[in-house]
Amino acid sequence: MAANDPIHQFQIIDLLPIAKIGTSEIVFTNSAAFMFAAVIVITAFLVIGTAKRALVPSRLQSAAEISYEFVATTVRSTAGSEGMKFFPFVFTIFMFILTLNFIGLIPYTFTVTSHIIITAALAITVFLTVLFYGLYRHGLHFFNLFIPKGVPLLIMPLIVFIEVLSFISRPISHSVRLFANMLAGHITLKVFAGFIILMGSAMGAVGWAGGILPFGMIVILTALETLVAFLQAYVFAILTCIYLNDAIHPGH
Amino acid sequence: MAEPHKSGTTQPAGEHKGGFPPFQSQTYASQLIWLVIAFVLLYVLMSKWALPRVGSILESRQKRIDGDIAEAGALKAQSDEAVAAYEKALADARANAQAIANETRDKQAAVAESRRKTLEDELNAKLAEAEKTIAATKAAAMSNVRGIAEDATRAIVERLIGTAPSDKAVADAVADALKRT
Repeated sequence: MAANDPIHQFQIIDLLPIAKIGTSEIVFTNSAAFMFAAVIVITAFLVIGTAKRALVPSRLQSAAEISYEFVATTVRSTAGSEGMKFFPFVFTIFMFILTLNFIGLIPYTFTVTSHIIITAALAITVFLTVLFYGLYRHGLHFFNLFIPKGVPLLIMPLIVFIEVLSFISRPISHSVRLFANMLAGHITLKVFAGFIILMGSAMGAVGWAGGILPFGMIVILTALETLVAFLQAYVFAILTCIYLNDAIHPGH
Repeated sequence: MAEPHKSGTTQPAGEHKGGFPPFQSQTYASQLIWLVIAFVLLYVLMSKWALPRVGSILESRQKRIDGDIAEAGALKAQSDEAVAAYEKALADARANAQAIANETRDKQAAVAESRRKTLEDELNAKLAEAEKTIAATKAAAMSNVRGIAEDATRAIVERLIGTAPSDKAVADAVADALKRT
């Protein structure tokens, strides 16, 4: 039954109760375990990969350098060279989401990024960083962001209203995009996997043989989900860069 | 949610922790706290350790490449300079050789010319002298011829007529005859 439930894979499982704050229980969960696994994997990837500091890099070192340069190029091209002060932040976000997405693709694992609370927290972190850095850097001029140049005065209030609304709704779209993509992809995979079990248990040998069809779909979908896992991490990172660019250069 | 969630389905109605797992708000506090800890930990590890490490490797490689390119450029300039110096030396040597050859040829020509001139002068002088000698000899011979002719004339006339003609008549006759020849 559990194996057939496409929602079951998103279940938070308590592993170790830690403390009780008010009415909320703080528990070390499977989600927390996978987050720390991601931290360890990323750190190991970058540090062990560069252990030799080779002039001509090994494959692992080359991969570590590519990840560095990929994010650095993205930040520089989107937010300018001034945006490079946020490079560690963007790099952390990108690698964290990417690694969690990829770990989640392995069967029997848990996909941390399929929980809206996680993606929302990350998106709000970006949102608040943009807001506070923009205010710190430009003071009230930061709000010029909402006043596009060359708009007739008559429709200005409407435009400003729309700009403010789009600014405030950013964390929503930012977080839901990642959450929904991961959730939907994993549910789809599970549903097709469930077909194999259903056909096998309902029709016996013929069913198991027919299961090759949904299995083929799973193979194709896994390839697609691998792309989505990368793409969503990239989209999240590049949107972060675009929003940070607004904080650095608020002029429209 | 103190006790572990049942590993069964989340669907059964009536179960307290049922519902769609991402929307089970009682799990949010735990997830958020661990997210903050993990994310801050990762951020510190990246910004203080991993990224400077990778960055320094990339930078040293870039430096090495730039240095190598600069060195190659310097060596190329050096070799260009050497080639230019060589070509210049070659052109100089060629010009030098040309000059020496010209000078030598001119000098030899001058020497030959002067030698030819002296030889010519010498020969001219000798020729003049020889001509003079010839003229003298001729004159002497001519005067001898006259004497012989006079003697022969006198002897012939004496034999023919028996008397010796006067010296003056013989001399006039010979002179007359010589004039006619």
